[in-house]
Amino acid sequence: MKVVVKPYAKAFINFAAHRDDILCVTADLTSSCEVDGFRDLYPNKFISMGMTEQNMMSFCGALALEGFYPFIHTFAVFLYRRPLDQIIASVAFPNRKVRLMGFLPGITTPGGITHQAIEDIAVLRSLPNMTILETGDATEVETVLNIADSIEGPVYVRILRGEVIRLFDTPFEFNKLRLLQKGSDILLLTSGIMTEEALKVTSLLKTKNISICHLHVSTLKPFAQTEFLDYLSSVKKGVITMENHTIVGGLGSIAAEIMAENGINKKLIRLGLKDTFAHGASLKYLMKEYKMDAAALIEAVESLLNIKTFITENDFIDTRDELKQVIDKTEDL
Amino acid sequence: MSIDIILNTALEIRRIVFEHTIKNKGGYLSQACSSADFLAALYAKLLNLGKSTAPEIPSLFSGNPSAKNLHYKRGALYHGEKESEHDRFFISPAHYALVIYAALIAVGRMHKKALDMFNQDGSSVEMIGAEHSPGMEVTNGSLGQTLSMAAGTAFARKKKNETGRVWVFVSDGEFQEGQTWEAFLTMSHYNLNNMAIIADMNGQQCDGTIDSVMKLGDIEAKLKSFGAYTISIDGHNITEICEASKIKPVNGPLVILANTNPWQGMSYLKKRSPRLHYVRFKSNEELNELETAIREELYSS
Repeated sequence: MKVVVKPYAKAFINFAAHRDDILCVTADLTSSCEVDGFRDLYPNKFISMGMTEQNMMSFCGALALEGFYPFIHTFAVFLYRRPLDQIIASVAFPNRKVRLMGFLPGITTPGGITHQAIEDIAVLRSLPNMTILETGDATEVETVLNIADSIEGPVYVRILRGEVIRLFDTPFEFNKLRLLQKGSDILLLTSGIMTEEALKVTSLLKTKNISICHLHVSTLKPFAQTEFLDYLSSVKKGVITMENHTIVGGLGSIAAEIMAENGINKKLIRLGLKDTFAHGASLKYLMKEYKMDAAALIEAVESLLNIKTFITENDFIDTRDELKQVIDKTEDL
Repeated sequence: MSIDIILNTALEIRRIVFEHTIKNKGGYLSQACSSADFLAALYAKLLNLGKSTAPEIPSLFSGNPSAKNLHYKRGALYHGEKESEHDRFFISPAHYALVIYAALIAVGRMHKKALDMFNQDGSSVEMIGAEHSPGMEVTNGSLGQTLSMAAGTAFARKKKNETGRVWVFVSDGEFQEGQTWEAFLTMSHYNLNNMAIIADMNGQQCDGTIDSVMKLGDIEAKLKSFGAYTISIDGHNITEICEASKIKPVNGPLVILANTNPWQGMSYLKKRSPRLHYVRFKSNEELNELETAIREELYSS
């Protein structure tokens, strides 16, 4: 599959160039969030807030009250940890249309625990009025802006940057589960980068006559509960969730809550960080270390079905075409 | 407008807060002492606000803001229509709510019966005001956020070429919050000289005097170094307040440091210093003694 370089950079320009009510806000990570090009083209629609995240959140709440649509760009981790109180009183409670664009979600950064937003969904999902979206490929990164813009309240979005794979040919749809493969044994829910990871093995499992219904989740709050329950009723064995996040409070918890409340008697395996912090290392290394990778998915499938697949890592499908061009990489952090 | 009218408004604010505190057997009394004079000056003369568009008797709490709640009424309605030339007035220390309600009543923006709803279940006249509470433009029970919100408003208003000023009332304890200084950096960086900030420098916070809890040091020098235009005045001198409000700095926001006395107009309170944040009574005798002494001072003139 094709890799797209910096899809957000172009998407934001296309989205905001002709709108005078949109303001591009950053906190000293402008090029790291791929909006330096926008800044240079449209300096009047750009606000540099420096490293004043608490102030920035309240400031943007007021911009929204005055009729502007501020899109705040910084690393996901800096968007909600320090300024949580400000998000609550200045943005979430008054339901202001502030858009929080969070880059480097979960363990996609080697920056260690201070840079890894591993509980952002858990924290923000608990806030009334908050909508939470997560992009899983270049197409979703390109099309999420219009979705976020249409929400009557604050929105938090996990954005992918840099070299982003293109998995989908249809745009981001709000509160809709994306069916990637039909199946009747196991329901597999994946979000964000975990969808690409799962695709390394889902078709392999099919060749072994293991029937997996694979759904990609891009709207985490609200959640497409009815649709999820319909899919649930079509599988016999159980459910696996895969998230680039702690298993406490994210996608796995969402599935667990819905299943429990609806009396669904099926086993659930939650893949993700198992109530642990990560540390500074590469994505591939961390996914393996914390059993969040395709190999962990195979193990979960084997455990649910009580079988051995004999699939090894050598069999995994390489999802990415090699990049022909040398890209001008944003600094690692 | 004569100074007497402002002084009478200030006296009325103190009387309303006092009567309510006695009836309620506790309340934020010292806040009325320190801030009544500049609040009276602002509401009665200095602020360019439209006529209140809110009901004289406040609506009941009608649910929190949400995409589904189209009936949410904002306390800002008591400050009138948002017009380009109108000022905005943000109250940062939300625990001054009772004093603000008293001020709205004293200048005829709200009926005095509204105070019967104060801190009552189901009412919008909350003890620590949220933005559905009369006079509250935003929600700041968590101190230090309003200054940034006012700065965002001032930035937006400049962008829209609106001419009115953005006034903010802050309390001195809020200078302890880091966010306050982030906000001052921003006001200076974007030259938000359409902002006027008045700080109640009463030297008090919940645990006691500011000097004993966390000293602010030379606050004027600190503010100046952050790019603000500061002026230090007697916060009970109406002429000084009015003169200070006329300053329109070329660079940075105007900060009026109103040096105030937390027992101004209710001298008896001095006895309770330094625990003045919320006045409570241990016995009826204590209440009666305070009531008699303060009543005499407030109604002798």
